[in-house]
Amino acid sequence: MLVHLPILQVIVPLIAAPACLILRRPKLVWLFALFASSLAFIISILLLQQVMTAGTISYELGGWSPPWGIEYRIDKLNAFIALIISGISTVVLLAAQTSIEKEIPKDKQPLFYILYLLSLSGMLGIVTTGDAFNVFVFLEISSLSAYSLIALGKDRRALWASFQYLIMGTIGATFILIGIGLMYQMTGTLNMADLAVRLPEVAETRTITTAYVFFIVGVCLKLALFPLHFWLPNAYAYAPSIVTAFFAATSTKVAAYLLIRFTFSIFGISFSFTTLPIETMFLVMGLLGIFIASTVAIYQDNIKHVFAYSSVAQVGYMIVGFSLSTPAGLTAMLLHMFNHALMKGALFMALVAIMYRVGSSKINDLQGLGRQMPLTVAAIVVGGLSLIGVPLTVGFVSKWYLVVAAIEKGWWWLAGLVLLGSLLAVIYVWRIIETAYFKAPILGQQPVKEAPMAILVPVWLLVSANVYFGIDTRFSVEIAASAAKSLFGVAQ
Amino acid sequence: MIFSLETLLQLCILLPIFATLFIVAFRRHPNLREAVSLATSLCVFYAVVTIYLGLDAGETIAVHWLQVLPGLSLSFSVEPLGMIFALIASFLWFVTIIYSIGYMRGHNEDHQTRFFCCFAIAIGSVMGVAFADNLFTLFIFYEVLTLSTYPLVTHAGTDAAKKGGRVYLGILLSTSVAFFLFAILGTWVIAGTLDFTQGGVFPVDANTTLLGIILVLFIFGIGKAAIMPFHRWLPAAMVAPTPVSALLHAVAVVKAGVFTVMKVGMFIFGLDLLIVLPTTQFLLYLAGASVLLASFVAMRQDNLKARLAYSTVSQLGYITIGVLLATSSGVIASSMNIAMHAFGKITLFFCAGAILVAAHKSNISEMRGLGRQMPFTMVAFFIGSLSIIGLPPTGGTWSKWYLLMATLETDQLIIMVILMLSSLLNIAYLMPIPFHAFFSISPTKNEHRVATAKVQIKEAPTASLIAIGITALGCLVLFIYPNPLYELASAILEPQQSTHGN
Repeated sequence: MLVHLPILQVIVPLIAAPACLILRRPKLVWLFALFASSLAFIISILLLQQVMTAGTISYELGGWSPPWGIEYRIDKLNAFIALIISGISTVVLLAAQTSIEKEIPKDKQPLFYILYLLSLSGMLGIVTTGDAFNVFVFLEISSLSAYSLIALGKDRRALWASFQYLIMGTIGATFILIGIGLMYQMTGTLNMADLAVRLPEVAETRTITTAYVFFIVGVCLKLALFPLHFWLPNAYAYAPSIVTAFFAATSTKVAAYLLIRFTFSIFGISFSFTTLPIETMFLVMGLLGIFIASTVAIYQDNIKHVFAYSSVAQVGYMIVGFSLSTPAGLTAMLLHMFNHALMKGALFMALVAIMYRVGSSKINDLQGLGRQMPLTVAAIVVGGLSLIGVPLTVGFVSKWYLVVAAIEKGWWWLAGLVLLGSLLAVIYVWRIIETAYFKAPILGQQPVKEAPMAILVPVWLLVSANVYFGIDTRFSVEIAASAAKSLFGVAQ
Repeated sequence: MIFSLETLLQLCILLPIFATLFIVAFRRHPNLREAVSLATSLCVFYAVVTIYLGLDAGETIAVHWLQVLPGLSLSFSVEPLGMIFALIASFLWFVTIIYSIGYMRGHNEDHQTRFFCCFAIAIGSVMGVAFADNLFTLFIFYEVLTLSTYPLVTHAGTDAAKKGGRVYLGILLSTSVAFFLFAILGTWVIAGTLDFTQGGVFPVDANTTLLGIILVLFIFGIGKAAIMPFHRWLPAAMVAPTPVSALLHAVAVVKAGVFTVMKVGMFIFGLDLLIVLPTTQFLLYLAGASVLLASFVAMRQDNLKARLAYSTVSQLGYITIGVLLATSSGVIASSMNIAMHAFGKITLFFCAGAILVAAHKSNISEMRGLGRQMPFTMVAFFIGSLSIIGLPPTGGTWSKWYLLMATLETDQLIIMVILMLSSLLNIAYLMPIPFHAFFSISPTKNEHRVATAKVQIKEAPTASLIAIGITALGCLVLFIYPNPLYELASAILEPQQSTHGN
């Protein structure tokens, strides 16, 4: 059984999705989906343990040996990312039943769980597979289900947002496919490890350069790297809030994973960083993303928009870490992927609670909420502090590593800019906090109660994770550092 | 003794934080709730005194909590400078609670539970700052202190309070993130350690220009030390209830700032390095300018609390100057001034609060003739003022004395002139207040409320008066009996046995 874990990681949610149709009753479906997601979570924990002790796992799908058959290849990097995805998915699902009660019509609720599980299995598939074409297949599974999930939103603008995402996402996926196709044309293989061996022979050709460019642009679209982020804010704002919580914490991580996997493991460091001035490009776009998206976030009046733009800015931090092209920089990026999943998970889950009680995520509707929903607003405060990067939260750990990586490279100015960028977060977070605590409730508005336990528990699970992993960093730092080192091929 | 000194050290930090649970639990019973605060503060003070006796007996006290990042741990140890800070903060916390009970009730403030909770957390983090064994631990508690005092500053919940809170948090957080953290990270990368070490941590061959820049970043980044141009938060914080201004913005928060400056100056850079850095002189003049300008601004303030706030900005400059002079008498002067200024300024703030509660006045121009109505308060105000100015028979004399000696030793004549000038300015903006209170006639006697109050004595609630009495007495006692303080202060620079936890 343990041998088959890599494929079970993907198959469990994939099979569970259609099985939901048999159950029909929303509550049962929910329990079943929760079960499937927890199973996936347990599997990824086991996988991570195996990888940490025994090294990389290679799994031959259907017994066909690579490079002819499809290979699933688990190393520290993707075991880590799979853990983030399945973990967040499970915690978010805890609140799903309660939350969609108000946001999705009853007859569509089973559908929601099916799409959710499909999306989960798609993301896990992208992460675990060792086959480049398989990546595209799972990318489409997760994207198509994501478009539909977003379109389930109560607000009619959800349709438009979903459509916008559909167009941009498809362009991105097509670009990735073109990139993979060109590589296949030149090397005749789709297996990642095999590609890595064969690519250097043909690296000088224009075809491979073109493949690389297509791939990078495609991934950056999915990653919502500034200035390719336009689909993201609306998709996050108008999707059902539970969907936003799931995607905000996971989907950009998957794209970031693809970027790392292809540049480091397939194209190779020397090719990736010499063909294009990718360090400079990413550095500039990352920094622009941090400053512009954060500034835009300050002026939003819907909190979902605030946090969505903040996500774009956080992607900027990850990309800045990437652009340092040192093990320390990559460690910072990986750490931030983990930590950002926790912060945004916590924040968007708190918004789930607010949507449930207040029915709106406009900043002005938060007036006086500090008194009516103290636990939820307190969760936003802690999550916000983490976003700013206050010590004892995960945000601080990310920032620390990123700045140290910049200084070690001798880029003092970058260190200063990164810290300045986090000041912008202070402003947009504080706007929310001030409104919730200091403004009197709007006259005539019904006072609301604290969110139900079903939502509060996952919210505070994530919030405590923000604090726990901010204090005890052994787990996250160790994995991120060793994954980064092995990607750089440094002997440990 | 029941507890080991290590346990007591941890209790100093944890007790106030645990106390918040009980404060919240007893929110419906104000008397019990305040009893919790009082009991906690007494326990903490007892613990600090016991630690002091232990330190005096030559014991090494260090605690290691956990390692947050590789090489960076939360750990604590006791050394003389931190001891001074902890002793003062814990003692004055106790006094302030007595005072607050009178003030908050006399003033019918809302949300008293939140008030006492945040107060307790703030003190817990002050203890953390005082006993921090490395810059990392110090930084964490420094930030906790900022965040826990924010609800206290915005206590009133009005627009003015919100605006004050914004400036407060904005400046303190921005400077700490953009400069202080930056400087810490720079130190970490250059020196490879953040442990406070006698004589500094930087390698001998480090680039002095770079270190000079880091020093500037430290001085600007430690916004709590209120060196101009990052002092605006302190006057802004005056929207807080008076006990908050008294303890936090005369003692805990601002002293945490200058304390951090001292720690960084002595145990990260080391005095020998401090002298040779190219930016030290510039920073000295900046601090000097801060001292003078703040005094000038203070003269122009009519609101008593605003005047006291600017006076604090000016006095904090003294302490920074003391460190930057980088001589032993400078350090002694600074560490003594932490104590002296704390007692003096808290007395003044207590008086300001008492005047607000009893006579509902906050502007100096309205306080003429008030001495007849509130003689006790005004005498205390007079004593506090003397200590701030540095005149006998008050404790402030000693710290000013050592600071002037230090400027002479280092031939910083310009700084010396600035300090003398500033003392004159202190007299000019503090003395008229008690003077007019006793010797002028109330200009508003046609107001019937004041006219009736004029003849009879109407002081603040007794609890507040007791607190004022204690601190005013403290100013006098420190003049006659400054020895323990002096010994602690001079022990700071003595090479001591390694007090670092692993």
